[in-house]
Amino acid sequence: MSTDLTAEGGHGAVPTGPEVPVADQPAVSRRDWPLYEVFVRGKRGLNHVHVGSLHAPDDEMAVHAARDVYTRRNEGVSIWVVQAADITASSPDEKDPMFAPSGDKVYRHPTFYEIPENVPHI
Amino acid sequence: MREETVYDALDHAHGGEGQWAFGTGFDEPLAGVDTTVPTGIDPADLGEYCLMLGDDALVLAQRLTQWVTAAPELEEEVAVANTALDLLGQARLLLARAGSVGALGRSRERATPSIPDEDALAYFRDPDEFRNTGLVEAPGGDFGQTMVRLLVAATVRLAVFAQLRTSRDPVLAAIAAKGVHELTYHRDHAARWVLRLGDGTPTSHSRAQAGVDAVWPLLAEVFSPTDVERRLTAAGVAIDPAGTRAEVTAVLTQVLEQATLRVPAWPADVPPRGRTGQHSPELTTLLAELQGLARQHPAATW
Repeated sequence: MSTDLTAEGGHGAVPTGPEVPVADQPAVSRRDWPLYEVFVRGKRGLNHVHVGSLHAPDDEMAVHAARDVYTRRNEGVSIWVVQAADITASSPDEKDPMFAPSGDKVYRHPTFYEIPENVPHI
Repeated sequence: MREETVYDALDHAHGGEGQWAFGTGFDEPLAGVDTTVPTGIDPADLGEYCLMLGDDALVLAQRLTQWVTAAPELEEEVAVANTALDLLGQARLLLARAGSVGALGRSRERATPSIPDEDALAYFRDPDEFRNTGLVEAPGGDFGQTMVRLLVAATVRLAVFAQLRTSRDPVLAAIAAKGVHELTYHRDHAARWVLRLGDGTPTSHSRAQAGVDAVWPLLAEVFSPTDVERRLTAAGVAIDPAGTRAEVTAVLTQVLEQATLRVPAWPADVPPRGRTGQHSPELTTLLAELQGLARQHPAATW
């Protein structure tokens, strides 16, 4: 993990704040707070969609922060947060073995059927 | 129909022109609302009461706004700004209600005619014409003290608004019903921070305790009703703040004890000060910042 403390404008990890809000306060390390990925289900959406990430001191505050950062304009009706470290992802190095084999399997697409005009949602 | 992202869905809901980010719904604050004052209610008293509740929100919104660009965390800065905007919205509705019953004081003489009543009240009254309590006008201190004050102010206001939903003035009742959801979140958010700071590190604990000790004396005037509030309470319009004391002290005690913070002695009641226009010099400074632009460039747009 990066140890660069200046990249994010001097926001400190522990919100102890200055006596006067305009005073400059040296940053501690915002990286004490884990990174969370945020998923929001919109009013008209059926599934949760990844909308971004944020730092928060714990799970509950992550939900609060997500509400304030990502649903300010009435976007959502449900929020999931998960620590980024808990996500297991496919590796870019494995891209070809993972995905290339499906590239030429046209028979896996339902393109060999006649779809009747009056069948919706396909 | 399923949108790719929640932002697509939102754009769709707002006509698909991709302009929702610039804000929507800036209509007249009380457009379409019947502002007739029900019989038996003194319009002057009602206007004065709306100024009290509106000024509490306006001044606290300004105090919270002072954290923008200075908050300890970006995420928290957005949260504080959201809270300030909620309160600003409440202030706008309440000042518009005050204006609709003619409670404009000297502001209307100072503001040009094109300026709406609620803006005239916000920007063209002097400090002695403001009716907010000292609880909201005191400087915010550090982040811990800011959250303690927000907890106290939101707890007091939520206790009032919850009862105000059955006010005989239907406009006031509707404003309260909307505000209860916002204030519930404000109180919850502040309480979560007070819990974490109080029961956090030795530094955060001592700072939070210092914040509590600084904020508690500001409660001295909060439970003292003015004559206006007494008359309107009897008329079924207002809430006597004295009646909220039990709930407020119970909530604050519960949060502080769970946060391992010491609950200071509750201050003895004093007669209303802010509600009658007696303010600290800090309000003058705050209003200079709030009103400077509007007074130098009346009705300016950009």
